[in-house]
Amino acid sequence: MPLLEINDLTVDFKTSGGQFRAVDGVSLTVDRGEILAVVGESGSGKSVAMLAVMGLLPWTATVSAKTLAFDGRDLLTLTPRERRKLVGKDMAMIFQEPMSSLNPCFTVGYQIGESLKVHLGLSKSERRKRSIELLEAVGIPDPERRLSAFPHQLSGGMSQRVMIAIALACRPKLIIADEPTTALDVTIQAQILELLVSLQRETGTGLVLITHDMGVVAETAERVSVHYAGQKIEEQPVAPLFADPHHPYTAALLAALPERATGKHLPSIPGVVPGQFDRPPACLFEPRCRFATDRCRTKVPPRQGAIAGFALCHYPLTHGRPIGHPHPEGREVAA
Amino acid sequence: MFSFIIRRVLLVIPTFLAIAFLTFVAIRLVPGDPVEARTGERGISPERLAHFRHELGLDQPVWKQFLDYLWQIAHGDFGTSISTQTPILTEFTTLFPATLELAICAMLFATILGIPAGVIAATRRGTYIDYTLMGAALTGFSMPIFWWGLLLILFFSVDLGWTPVSGRIDLLYYFEPVTGFMLIDSWLSSEEGAFASAVSHLILPTIVLGTIPLATIARMTRSAMLEILGEDYVRTARAKGLSPFRVVGIHALRNALIPVVTVIGLQVGALMAGAVLTEYIFSWPGIGSWLIESIQRRDYPVLQGGILLVSGIVIVINILVDLLYGVLNPRIRHAR
Repeated sequence: MPLLEINDLTVDFKTSGGQFRAVDGVSLTVDRGEILAVVGESGSGKSVAMLAVMGLLPWTATVSAKTLAFDGRDLLTLTPRERRKLVGKDMAMIFQEPMSSLNPCFTVGYQIGESLKVHLGLSKSERRKRSIELLEAVGIPDPERRLSAFPHQLSGGMSQRVMIAIALACRPKLIIADEPTTALDVTIQAQILELLVSLQRETGTGLVLITHDMGVVAETAERVSVHYAGQKIEEQPVAPLFADPHHPYTAALLAALPERATGKHLPSIPGVVPGQFDRPPACLFEPRCRFATDRCRTKVPPRQGAIAGFALCHYPLTHGRPIGHPHPEGREVAA
Repeated sequence: MFSFIIRRVLLVIPTFLAIAFLTFVAIRLVPGDPVEARTGERGISPERLAHFRHELGLDQPVWKQFLDYLWQIAHGDFGTSISTQTPILTEFTTLFPATLELAICAMLFATILGIPAGVIAATRRGTYIDYTLMGAALTGFSMPIFWWGLLLILFFSVDLGWTPVSGRIDLLYYFEPVTGFMLIDSWLSSEEGAFASAVSHLILPTIVLGTIPLATIARMTRSAMLEILGEDYVRTARAKGLSPFRVVGIHALRNALIPVVTVIGLQVGALMAGAVLTEYIFSWPGIGSWLIESIQRRDYPVLQGGILLVSGIVIVINILVDLLYGVLNPRIRHAR
């Protein structure tokens, strides 16, 4: 039994322009002690899907799923009170903006200790001891003094370390890290990632790493789930994904990595992610896909099997060539 | 922090000068002077008029009178009342506790109801609860104090007979003032029913004086909360699995209080202005009625000294609020 099982998760938002589907039939599993990377551009619904798991979406969101289970418990049928006993204890989340994610009015010690008090009922001295341990574990020097520091006295990297300490406080089974390094300096990014991965190995928690940085994925993840416009379009272990992407979007994404650029110009994917009002009727990537045919424009693509990386595509690629495509060379799409 | 306090205190001096100047000039722009106001319609011979004016120094050029007045103030002398011949400081210290008692009650009333109302409206944004609360706040904010006071008296005192119409306590009771606060003094006194009487006299004036601050605080709390509830750290608090009460009441409210406290501080000035009207309506023997009477008598020293003392208190309270702001907001506290 996987630690986290998401089956056919859909999240709709009520907006002034009508319903907007941010997550469209996403299925995922995370095993104990595993690192799963969820990759996609902004607006691909990767964060929203994970916020739905945490139960942190605003009331304008409607969540539906066939299965949404964590550690054998059905999250869909839990009462809010029961769910709050899981959230922050057995599953924790780290956010993108460490500087604004900590409450400016409370000390670091208070904010770490709060989870310990609410979930574990530790006494004041126990909380202090555990908080110092946690700050040490996340590599904050002079932890005893740092307990009384306020967030504005910390740098971005320090703040993110504190956020990680808060997430780890109750020894969770799953940590969801939502672009934990995006807002940080490049030098700090590597440190924070290393820290996350080493702590994950030590404690054996599951880790979902939401990112749009393929470099981060290559360095840390074991399995990768690629998302586009609210749908999961491919899922593979990390090495095969980089070696042989099966969905044209994944292939284009990897081709767009600066490290892989060969020409004078950096390659890019033409067009933009479809929004609320310009969603294509069938395949969502079709307007930007160099292999798109009339079939792609009219017929919703099927979910391929494990061999083709569960790609959501009529013509999944093998070694860069679309299977069953009428013109396997594809067309040039104007950038 | 220390230099901040020094700076604030030094800034008080020009404020005081400006207030002294404005009241000094404004009261002299009103037709009539203390001598004419006292003679009334009977008339007075021009010689005697000139004699009294000379005695009060009113025959001097206004700029000279003003400089003399400043000189006097600089020596800590606020002068004596023309009509009662009592030192202004003595009159002020006798009457001020009544005003302070009313103001404190009104502010407590406004804060205790206003902050929860704002929080509830913000967390129920867009619902009928929000619209009802904010509609009531807007109505309260727009209510002229005079009219609102009379309405309440008509309904609760005249029609229902629940509350007394005026004064601080029933005439039945007499005890020596200890603190000057009727609630405390009546509590300390052995007179039976005195405390209840003092409370019943306070209810309507408190509501009348507290309505505008209540509306302002509720609206400010709502808008501050709405902004804070969208902050990342509120999401962090929810991600910790905290109860909605902790998320809203501790994590969000603590931050929302920072602008609200500023507004409460600013309300103190408005409260003093409101106190003048409220005291007049309810014949509340505080400095409000005292100042209004001094205008009618053209009692220049009382008006000038009284307003200066009231502004002094408002300024001190504002400085205290600024300090409290530093306590609430760690980012200010640690700034150099």
